Amino acid sequence: MGATRSGSAKREQQATASAGVSLQGVSKAFGQFVAVDSLDLEVQPGEFLSMLGPSGSGKTTVLRMIAGFEDVTRGRILLGDADVTSTPPFDRAVNTVFQDYALFPHLTIAENVAYGLRVRGVNRSDRAAAVARSLERVRLGNVADRLPHQLSGGQRQRIALARALILEPKVLLLDEPLGALDKQLREEMQVELKQIQREVGITFIFVTHDQEEALTLSDRIAVFNKGHVEQVGTATEVYEYPQTAFVAGFLGVSNLIPADHAREITGVNALISIRPERVRLSAPGTPIGQDDVAVDGVVFETVYTGPSTRYIVETERGLRLIAERHNDHHPASATAFGRGDRVRVSWTKDHASVVPAA
Amino acid sequence: MVTSLPAQVRRPPKAAKPPKSSPARRTGPLGLVGLLALPMTWLVGVYIFSLVMLLVTAFWTTDPFTSKVKPGFTFRNFEQIFQNSAYLSTSLRTLGIALLVTALSILFAVPLGIFMAKIAAPWLRAVLAVAVTLPLWAGYLVKILAMRVTFTEGGFFNWLMAPLGVSGPGFSITTVVLTLTYLWFPYMAIPVYTAIRQIPVNLFDASADMGARSWRTIRTVVLPLIRPAIIAGSIFTFSLSLGDYLAARFVGGTTQMIGSVIASNINLNPPIAAAFSVVPIVFVVVYLVGVRRTGALDRM
Repeated sequence: MGATRSGSAKREQQATASAGVSLQGVSKAFGQFVAVDSLDLEVQPGEFLSMLGPSGSGKTTVLRMIAGFEDVTRGRILLGDADVTSTPPFDRAVNTVFQDYALFPHLTIAENVAYGLRVRGVNRSDRAAAVARSLERVRLGNVADRLPHQLSGGQRQRIALARALILEPKVLLLDEPLGALDKQLREEMQVELKQIQREVGITFIFVTHDQEEALTLSDRIAVFNKGHVEQVGTATEVYEYPQTAFVAGFLGVSNLIPADHAREITGVNALISIRPERVRLSAPGTPIGQDDVAVDGVVFETVYTGPSTRYIVETERGLRLIAERHNDHHPASATAFGRGDRVRVSWTKDHASVVPAA
Repeated sequence: MVTSLPAQVRRPPKAAKPPKSSPARRTGPLGLVGLLALPMTWLVGVYIFSLVMLLVTAFWTTDPFTSKVKPGFTFRNFEQIFQNSAYLSTSLRTLGIALLVTALSILFAVPLGIFMAKIAAPWLRAVLAVAVTLPLWAGYLVKILAMRVTFTEGGFFNWLMAPLGVSGPGFSITTVVLTLTYLWFPYMAIPVYTAIRQIPVNLFDASADMGARSWRTIRTVVLPLIRPAIIAGSIFTFSLSLGDYLAARFVGGTTQMIGSVIASNINLNPPIAAAFSVVPIVFVVVYLVGVRRTGALDRM
């Protein structure tokens, strides 16, 4: 009983506005398998940070360690200034929105949302008022008496959000919350999530494997690969200036030009990355500007994707480059170049970024 | 016996017409007779008929001199049961034993089920599953004998506890409760374990995430979700305990249960035995009606 009291007191103390999260040399091993390897990451208070990576890259494990569901094998986790490394989940001022929502199937929506308040001993009338406010925030005041299985996926997702936010956590953890929704609903929810985050002003840590989602939502993105962070930065930083070949390849499509080809084309003896939308196509021999570089080749394949068309061009030295052109020509007219056409590929030098050798 | 999460229970929408390919349509009436002939002969001919005969016998009389059963219609057997305090106290004792056995089974099965389903490593889970079902493999009398050997005066329990100055319950009502719990525990443990396994791990995480400690989570999440399984198990532990008499006979000392009284009257006074056997049937029916009222049976 004493432990319970000091626990909730601790939690209340933490529960002032937003807090940052600091991961210091955090490792997690499952038997022989190292899921997270000596990770350092600083999340700023009030920030929307996405942890982006392929499945198995350790991003969900990191989230679960911040929530307290997984023990930390080595290292420290700070929430604000407090070391919470060995604090159990029920005493941490963080809340989680789960991938499959994890709503209690035997409780009504209102009871689900009120769960945390009830555990904390908030009285009935305060609880009801908070639940009404919380459901209103996610625009679902009319489903309070239904059971979770009577709701659609998108509605359940919002309820999970309302249930986590009602406890006014300093940090909200979201584990691929939009993963189960269809594309259109997902895009709607992205806008809504962003609005809610601005409204409540707390730190959001968002796990996703969808690079577009990460680019759209985040203040900063931490790109995960094989248990470590490859790069942390704003959407523009990680997209335009990838620091590793993995980041360049995982975020969208990128032309990674090996050092020997790069030396010939641009004079830079390093691995460089240039995004397809920054690569221009023209007739062979077209003169280029002072700041541009160019290489001639043959169109190997064209891929129509709706808003744009991708051209895969093979240079004489066997390097394949992708150029993406916005389809702003008349819909009925043929695309500018077809398979087998000889073309000149060019781009402005400083639009490409040098990828530091790993 | 199917246990499932309430959320997954959905009534299928009512179809206006049965689909043409339904098995009944395809086989025709003759096929249906063929399908049901054997089970119906068994159910009606043997099962129901013998039960009805038993109930009818309860209204017959016994010739006090020849001990021969005479058909007739009298409530005297039932009057005797209600007026004789020995019958009454035996009934209540048996009811108490059955409820206690059920309560103990739930008390053991829930934590064990949580451990097996959510905590134990796969190999340990397999070992425990075998351990829980092991009693089902041995014969009924073998198990009662095992308890007898354990709790007899110079038995294993007393030998083990003697250094601590503790002496066992001997052959008593306590030992009857323990023995019956031992006998029927698998019928509770298996459905409870299965139901707990079906609870998504995320629900445990979500509960902890919102501040609930383990006990709170068990009370507010696990117990409501496994209630149908507990009730399914309790129907077994309760009704099997009500009907038992061999446990009382071999490890109960002087303990009398409804079954013991029926057994001792079965030759002497069959109508009284038959009348007394109505008592556990009434208990079970009352129990089922009570359970039904909670709505738990809809979800089985």
